[in-house]
Amino acid sequence: MEMPVPNQDIITKKQHLVRRFQAVLPDEAVIHEIAETLAYECDALTAYRCPPLVAVLPGTTEEVSAVLKICHEEGVPVVPRGAGTSLAGGSLPTADSVILGVSRMSDVLETDYENRFIRVQTGRTNLSVTGAVEEHSFFYAPDPSSQLACAIAGNIAMNSGGAHCLKYGVTTNNLLGVTMVMMDGEIVEIGGAHLDAGGLDLLGVICGSEGQLGIVTEATLRILRKPEAARPILMGFDSNEVAGACVSDIIKAGILPVAIEFMDRPCIRATDDFCGAGYPDVEALLIVEVEGSDQEIADQLGRITEIAEKHNPAELRVSKSDEESAKIWAGRKAAFGAMGKINDYMCLDGTIPVNELPYVLRRIGELSKQYGLDVANVFHAGDGNMHPLILFDANKPGDLETCEEMGAEILKVCVEVGGCLTGEHGVGVEKRDLMLHQYNADDLEAQLKIKDAFDPAWLLNPAKVFPLKISESRRAA
Amino acid sequence: MNPSNETELAGVVKAAASKGRRLRIRGGGTRSRLGRPVEADEILSTTGLTGISLYEPGALTIVAAAGTPLAEIKATLNAEGQRLPFEPMDHRGLLGSEGEPTIGSVVACNISGPRRIQAGACRDSLIGVRFVDGQGTVLKNGGRVMKNVTGYDLVKLMAGSYGTLGVLTEVAFKVLPKPEACGVVLIQGLDDRAAVKAMSAAVGSPYDVTGAAHLPVGVDGDPVTMIRVEGFEASVTYRGGKLRDLLASYGDISIESDPAKTEAGWAHVRDVAPFHDREGDVWRVSVKPSDGPDLIGAMRDAGQSADVIYDWSGGLIWVLTPEGTDIRPHCPAGHATLIRASEETKNRLPVFQPQVEVLERISRDLREKFDPKNILNPGLMG
Repeated sequence: MEMPVPNQDIITKKQHLVRRFQAVLPDEAVIHEIAETLAYECDALTAYRCPPLVAVLPGTTEEVSAVLKICHEEGVPVVPRGAGTSLAGGSLPTADSVILGVSRMSDVLETDYENRFIRVQTGRTNLSVTGAVEEHSFFYAPDPSSQLACAIAGNIAMNSGGAHCLKYGVTTNNLLGVTMVMMDGEIVEIGGAHLDAGGLDLLGVICGSEGQLGIVTEATLRILRKPEAARPILMGFDSNEVAGACVSDIIKAGILPVAIEFMDRPCIRATDDFCGAGYPDVEALLIVEVEGSDQEIADQLGRITEIAEKHNPAELRVSKSDEESAKIWAGRKAAFGAMGKINDYMCLDGTIPVNELPYVLRRIGELSKQYGLDVANVFHAGDGNMHPLILFDANKPGDLETCEEMGAEILKVCVEVGGCLTGEHGVGVEKRDLMLHQYNADDLEAQLKIKDAFDPAWLLNPAKVFPLKISESRRAA
Repeated sequence: MNPSNETELAGVVKAAASKGRRLRIRGGGTRSRLGRPVEADEILSTTGLTGISLYEPGALTIVAAAGTPLAEIKATLNAEGQRLPFEPMDHRGLLGSEGEPTIGSVVACNISGPRRIQAGACRDSLIGVRFVDGQGTVLKNGGRVMKNVTGYDLVKLMAGSYGTLGVLTEVAFKVLPKPEACGVVLIQGLDDRAAVKAMSAAVGSPYDVTGAAHLPVGVDGDPVTMIRVEGFEASVTYRGGKLRDLLASYGDISIESDPAKTEAGWAHVRDVAPFHDREGDVWRVSVKPSDGPDLIGAMRDAGQSADVIYDWSGGLIWVLTPEGTDIRPHCPAGHATLIRASEETKNRLPVFQPQVEVLERISRDLREKFDPKNILNPGLMG
């Protein structure tokens, strides 16, 4: 993968920059020794690494503003970083860039149960937002699987989703307002505790802009009251087609589960070996979760069972206790870890129209044979967000490249059937060069114009999202 | 001009751009009075772009041309037991307009109704757009899947941009199942503050409230607070009962479950029916719910007359004022939009909430980039 050639003029003035940062930040917040900047050389896309010139960890919005002012004056690229859990390389640095991490900013600023929002600094982790309101039986809905570690800053940058978005939406549907620092250091408030925009919906554009428009330091998030209870049902089928048809029938019957998760045979076997979840050995497994009172849950699960039975399930297990629920979820939650135990893997994130599921799984199977790499499929079936895991051996020369090629082919299939390259992980550097498969040059130009308006000098996370050739003239300017 | 497809429409815009002819974009014309008065040379109608190109009930997805009548979309969804989640308002009664609302205008004005508090706004259900920018270039963003973070989200930007960034040609939505039953918990006689507290308790409960509104002057003249639950019949009965218990201390409670009555009741709120035949300006104010009663209190303290309807659990306030009243000096954080007023008033008071300089600059920049000749609904958003 190609990254821009670092600007030697910037690298040469490292000491000058460090001194300027130290003038506005505490010493320990300016990380410039090579041994220490290595900690910021990559995010969760570990295949690509490059230590930044300097990493800074401001503690306040004002400090973020001071740093950005300096970088703006000096023409230095800035790569924002939340917790560094991006699977797309969203916070991969270049050698001439400054990593701006918000991890020291993790305070809760305000909780308001009457008006159902929480205001936090964006270095706070996703799960600890819920942690802050749990004792009042509230929660923050978006739940990416990295929620224990990932920061709200990154959630906003990537518009993160999760398993429960069929009912609760993704980050953008739960974000009410932000405090953002523009590249020139100006601090701006957008939105707040109220709903919707008074003018153009700039908040809607900022969410999911991968740190390219500004650095969000504070966020007002919608919180919701927890449902009375939740309970899953597990279903096994002899074919992917039948499992897909069952999902479609459940939705058409007017039931809106909070989650519908799908796993195929390779994934079922691997997770079962890994954590002994006791999954049946079937071609396709569905976990469907519903919420409400005990009676409401029983009623919904009854309807779902009735639908599933029409599809001759090989297995049907309704959870009758919290313990059984935990067991049903155990394998699904361990899926990525289980695959990691067997092999290195690359996790894709394309979304497809739900009805195209059987066709896409068949195509993935064909590609798997063609490239000689195994694939395990686990995904959010309710919303069509797939997570094929391509297994490869990082120590085997050429395997990573083969894996990347195959991944690109799978994503092209997703686009071909009316889906998209990424449903919740973001484009980052990983899918940057595939953007022209999803959008034509005019469509991308329209997006570049947005960045022009927010960051005319193209200093914020410049080498991401768009194919390098397309952004080149702007980055050079 | 009434092009019959996207290519023709792009041609019309391109020609207009080259001649600098300003276009008034129009769907069914039912919302033409929203925004600042527009001076245009020609009307560009989208009513020639019609038809539902894709509907997959099992995938909860519908795609339609922008000029498709909203009624057609609703009927098609209804036949499969589904609906648009965000319950768009019909502006005809409030604005005294005629015609058939189109799905494009719902998106262009980001129109949402009472269910916004639970199911999100129009912009939250919108998953894809095609549009023609001010130079006649056809553009797309998003698609037909509900989880999509591929590039910037221009879908949200287009929702509520009132045609000033581009002319919508096609829109795609995530839809939801239409519940089997609806129950409305009615509380009589609350003052505004108590009503907001009751609504807040209801939407902060685990009972999945899909509407919370307060009419200080209900149909029979007395205050009424309405809390809605929807779902399977048994579930609605259960949650209605739970809410009755939860809110018992607030006042006299009854539960209405007659479908015709509940539907009419929410249409009354959604379409701001109490202000239809009343003289005066109508403002739409978005606030933190607990701030609402203070806003109205401040206006009355200042001797200004203000009739009011609370929706969105108090987060959306419709205010009827004497002609020419500026309510913004009393508004807390949030935003106020002047929905119905004379041209004179709309030229004198900002129709949309003025923003801080940097946001004004970015918004202006975006308009210049998407519509460099300033020919798309010029001046509508200021």
